[in-house]
Amino acid sequence: MAVTPTDTEYVRTRSTATVGSGRNLLDVKALKMHFPLTQGIIFQRQVGAVRAVDGIDFFVEKGETLGLVGESGCGKSTTGRAILQLYKPTAGEVKFDNIELTTLGGEQMRRMRRRMQMIFQDPYASLNPRMTVGNIIGEPLEVHNLARGKEKTERVQELLRVVGLNPYFTNRYPHEFSGGQRQRIGVARALAVEPEFIVADEPISALDVSIQAQIINLLEELQDRFKLTYLFIAHDLSVVRHISDRVAVMYLGKIVELADRVDLYEKPLHPYSQALLSAVPIPDPAVESKRKRIILTGDVPSPVNPPSGCRFHTRCWKAQQICSEVDPEFIEHEPRHWAACHFPGA
Amino acid sequence: MPELLAVRDLHTQFFTRDGVVRAVDGVSFELAAGETLGLVGESGCGKTVTALSLMRLIPMPPGRIVKGAIMFDGQDVLKMDDDEVRGIRGNNIAMIFQDPMTSLNPVLTISRQISEALELHLKMDRSEARKRTIELLELVGIPSAKKRVDDYPHQFSGGMRQRVMIAMALSCNPKLILADEPTTALDVTIQAQILELLKGLAKEFRTAFILITHDLGVVAGMTQRIHVMYGGKIVEKADTGELFANPKMPYTWGLLRSIPRLDEHRKSKLLPIEGLPPDLIAPPPGCRFEPRCQYRRDICREQEPELKHIPNAKADHEARCWGTQEGGWLVATDWRREIGDTRVLEEIKQEVAQLPAEAVRAAEAETPPPPPTP
Repeated sequence: MAVTPTDTEYVRTRSTATVGSGRNLLDVKALKMHFPLTQGIIFQRQVGAVRAVDGIDFFVEKGETLGLVGESGCGKSTTGRAILQLYKPTAGEVKFDNIELTTLGGEQMRRMRRRMQMIFQDPYASLNPRMTVGNIIGEPLEVHNLARGKEKTERVQELLRVVGLNPYFTNRYPHEFSGGQRQRIGVARALAVEPEFIVADEPISALDVSIQAQIINLLEELQDRFKLTYLFIAHDLSVVRHISDRVAVMYLGKIVELADRVDLYEKPLHPYSQALLSAVPIPDPAVESKRKRIILTGDVPSPVNPPSGCRFHTRCWKAQQICSEVDPEFIEHEPRHWAACHFPGA
Repeated sequence: MPELLAVRDLHTQFFTRDGVVRAVDGVSFELAAGETLGLVGESGCGKTVTALSLMRLIPMPPGRIVKGAIMFDGQDVLKMDDDEVRGIRGNNIAMIFQDPMTSLNPVLTISRQISEALELHLKMDRSEARKRTIELLELVGIPSAKKRVDDYPHQFSGGMRQRVMIAMALSCNPKLILADEPTTALDVTIQAQILELLKGLAKEFRTAFILITHDLGVVAGMTQRIHVMYGGKIVEKADTGELFANPKMPYTWGLLRSIPRLDEHRKSKLLPIEGLPPDLIAPPPGCRFEPRCQYRRDICREQEPELKHIPNAKADHEARCWGTQEGGWLVATDWRREIGDTRVLEEIKQEVAQLPAEAVRAAEAETPPPPPTP
């Protein structure tokens, strides 16, 4: 896979080519990520744990975009980081291209990272202000021994062109760029090592509305061009619907529903997904005046001490006795449509 | 309807080391009692500065309201002395800020913070104010308000804090509430709760609202009229239904085309607005949107269009665009079908990519990040 800036043709093939290809790039099984809560100054005792991610299963097929949505604190960013082994998962398996990542040693993992990269949320905090753009994008090339000297400079210029920036900006510092342009630099840095898989953690939420669309389009173009696979983490359901092939909805450390984008948005099975979708305002007063909104009461409970049984039962209008006692299993209710609920459907 | 607020030719500027930032550059609008108005635009377009100017909360220096009039209930807010303004602030005009964490005082209890306005403006005594505070907290839906009234802001969640802010804004029965991105910092399900609450309160108390946001979805369901701002100016005014059904300004078209919709049926490509927001120190000489507009012609660069009524639209629909005004080349354009000259789009992309970094920095001059120390 080579970055060829001359290749300007933009052909859309992805949505038909990937469905049912049956080849999983990423397999996540029973993944748990708990952060210990400690007490004491010298002798630290563990008094509890923040169960940020508490047993999730999903797969990502090669070439597809899996959208991961949920409200803040539901564990979606933690999931992304645990997959890339930026956190050491508490339990569970993460298989990338059939290689188990959780048991890999440092050097082996470092080599794997060439194949998986991340784009961060905040384009202001994720670029080192004291490094030039050339150094920021060139660093991964050096770390992975991909290019040096003149070759490196040429690669960096090529990458800048690919993400729609002036290739002669290599000596500039991040503060000289606008938010949207900075996010493009972040994308170029992720692309530098020619990865197969990119975790995009809220890549557009810090940007202005008119700039968001520029970055979404850029990510889509790059996916088609370099056959990338995305895990797209966001809280904006409209954006996730637009960019994803399949969508997973998280609530308090668990995936509550996972389906193809059309299925999930047209006939959500889990009450939380239904409430979430109905809460999104639609920019059309005619539609807005007719919509019925499900307003959830209360806030998301604490992941330190999640509710018993189904975690959503404290805010669910369908909840019955069983919901507070038994944690519902994550079952395939319809082909390729999973949900964890005792009373799924409308 | 009687006018509650009339803003005339408001100019608010910030005098910085790099030059004069014309944050609000000739804004005029009216608001009737009990009306909800949406002020929409991207960051840096001057919508927050407009709201702060209405309450005379512009930090001086570096800011100054250099020109204009703000008639509130028949009085010019700009001609009042400090005491008179204080009498209006929080009493007749209240504000709900974007970030409920930084706008509440972390070292005072909720009861102290809400009672302060009650004691000051309504001359209530302590116990009366406390009673009213509890009532207000119940009104905005805070569970077991009696117990929570003595809590500190950090003991509340984001959504609850925003409810406290709303209770505070309502405390003196203001005639006008300015809500500056009241739900931007909140999650969608909490946003739905807060919007529902605001809608109910607006109806119940017949309070006028100015809702400031960048989210077209939020204003669609909440407001009666919408003003779109760009580069310190109002570029389009219309009632809400009309604005979404029949927008008449290429910037509004761009905004509507660049957001993915939850109810879109097929996967269509987004059409972003290319380029960068204008530099408010040295704004474009003609139309502020001209450098990013794919429908532009020479006149757009040379002369600034006025905000005026346009053909093929409702009587009170105004736009600031040469193309859609009487005799323009966009009068009959269907914005959904005709996306303009794609060559111009490429041209804009090239222009921005080649732009010297100084210009980019100037465009963002309002929040200059610290320079790196090598």
